[in-house]
Amino acid sequence: MTALIQLRGINKYFGDYHALRDIDLEIKQGEFFSLLGPSGCGKTTLLRTIAGFEDPSAGTLSIDGRPMAGVPANKRPTNMVFQSYAIFPHLTVAENVGFGLRRDPRSKAEKAGAVKDALEMVGLGGYGARSAHALSGGQRQRVALARALILKPKVLLLDEPLSALDRKMRELMQVELMKLQRQVGITFILVTHDQEEALVMSDRVAVMFDGQIRQMDDPEAIYTRPRSREVAAFIGKMNFLPGTLHSSGEGVEADVAGLGRAMIPPDRVTPGLGSGPAVIGLRPESLAVLFEGETTTRRTVEGTVDEVVYYGDMTYYDVRIAGVDEPLNIAMKNLVGRDVLEVGTATRVAWDERSLVPLAP
Amino acid sequence: MLIAPPLVYALLLLALPLCAVVLFSFWTQDFMEVDTAFTLQNYREIWDSPVYLLLLQRSVFVSGMVTLVTVTLAYPVAYYISFNVAPAKKSMWIFLITIPFWTSYLIRVFLWKVILGYNGVVNSGLVGLGIIDEPLSFLLYNVNAVIITLAHAFAPFAILPIFVALEKIDRSLLEASRDLGEGRIRTFLRVTLPLSMPGLVAAVLIVFIPTIGDYVTPELMGGAGGKLIANMIQTQFLQLNNAPLGAALALVAMVCVTAIALVFIVLNRRWLRRQV
Repeated sequence: MTALIQLRGINKYFGDYHALRDIDLEIKQGEFFSLLGPSGCGKTTLLRTIAGFEDPSAGTLSIDGRPMAGVPANKRPTNMVFQSYAIFPHLTVAENVGFGLRRDPRSKAEKAGAVKDALEMVGLGGYGARSAHALSGGQRQRVALARALILKPKVLLLDEPLSALDRKMRELMQVELMKLQRQVGITFILVTHDQEEALVMSDRVAVMFDGQIRQMDDPEAIYTRPRSREVAAFIGKMNFLPGTLHSSGEGVEADVAGLGRAMIPPDRVTPGLGSGPAVIGLRPESLAVLFEGETTTRRTVEGTVDEVVYYGDMTYYDVRIAGVDEPLNIAMKNLVGRDVLEVGTATRVAWDERSLVPLAP
Repeated sequence: MLIAPPLVYALLLLALPLCAVVLFSFWTQDFMEVDTAFTLQNYREIWDSPVYLLLLQRSVFVSGMVTLVTVTLAYPVAYYISFNVAPAKKSMWIFLITIPFWTSYLIRVFLWKVILGYNGVVNSGLVGLGIIDEPLSFLLYNVNAVIITLAHAFAPFAILPIFVALEKIDRSLLEASRDLGEGRIRTFLRVTLPLSMPGLVAAVLIVFIPTIGDYVTPELMGGAGGKLIANMIQTQFLQLNNAPLGAALALVAMVCVTAIALVFIVLNRRWLRRQV
């Protein structure tokens, strides 16, 4: 099966500013795809290019096999949920949702029924007659969703749809968006700067920096096997230790500052990274602080607790080890009956070769 | 009791003169004296005499035409500045639009005389180009001249409120409309126009209300057939020394303006509600 959306060599310039650089991308029918990156990385520009609000300076875009060059936004099989939601303030909720149905050949009653169904689908049944400016942020977002989905687009584009919501609402909407996407089977493309949002919801994530896609993978691969230091630092927390890689017939061995030598598991070897100086990444949760009397089969290194940050369910420890300038950040689950260590406590840090993510320096 | 200073100004500057006008309109002029006995005679006289009603009608027509011309011409200008001018240059454009205010209104009126006159710019230009043989006489000293002059004078007053209303429109709403399948024209009719309506209504009222009371322009540009109700009010007060009748005429004109403005606002609300 060919991809629903195909981008080939997309470039975009705003004057001298190179906003998108050689974007190649294929998105399958029914996929939940995220564009993740810091602000200014070009992810919104890419989304707007797909929607038809920006024309690429070079490259081709096709949706469902149809080239989109010269096709204006109102003629594309895409609909968008805007960051500001763009709810028409002079219309009611039902009028907003039914806005795109003007040319729909169905009768007035059928259209009203469709609007009602769409509102029920997003959990706003009975809100139709309300004035749009009397809605809360979460409700606006649902209206924007219903307004786009009622047109049954091939692709739904979501531009930071959750960034304006408070934390609780955001978590709730993440789950609802996933459910909705499975229910309607429409391809979703989400733009976000929130790595958690991207990891939670997506089938695949493209991480963007400086107008380029740096890595495109499923969430687990993005998190556990980042290909570059930038991606590793952007997604979650990561400790970086200087080190050296030695490639040989038996595999890749890393000499990590403060920890010593270890073989990198074959599935963790970053492609294209040979012998020489490297940076070794370690996720905080792949390390462990050993409590008094605790034993482990993993390798350990002596250290001192430098800082304790208590989160309720988790505690983050900064542990200083010999031979490394920066303390190691270690995430520990808080278990019942286990005290939180105090600053200055001497401890041991457990790690193994599966903790190591070799990266280019 | 404490009375805030603004309330004092409001009473002195607005309520007091208005009360005086109302009071005068129920009195009568008895040669040199003002008879202060309460009477409706002034109103009866206005109602019975065709000339006052004709003038009132003409005033409403001229104001209506001025409003129509001004707002119709002002909207595209405001739209252009809001949507097509680079953000950094918008304030310069607005500044340029206010330049006519740097000269006195009277000078601008006389300039229109120079332009529209029998031997004026338009006529000599057209004659010089051989388009017409004789200068056109319908340009000056009639209602048309009054409308043109007033429309020019009020253009900035109409452009500014429309511009402000257009500026306030969230541009993502226009993109949303496009995204939902509407082209440029439909987007304008369904989103831009309804959302700019408060500015349009303000422009209409700002132009319509003062033009009904304007007497300088018809005095200078209107000739014999272009006199309006305000000229009659002025004549009553200053030439005929009949302040009570002048006051009654002023009140009738005011009530007319208020009624028309209210009808306009109500119709506009209803129209907006239908625009779905």
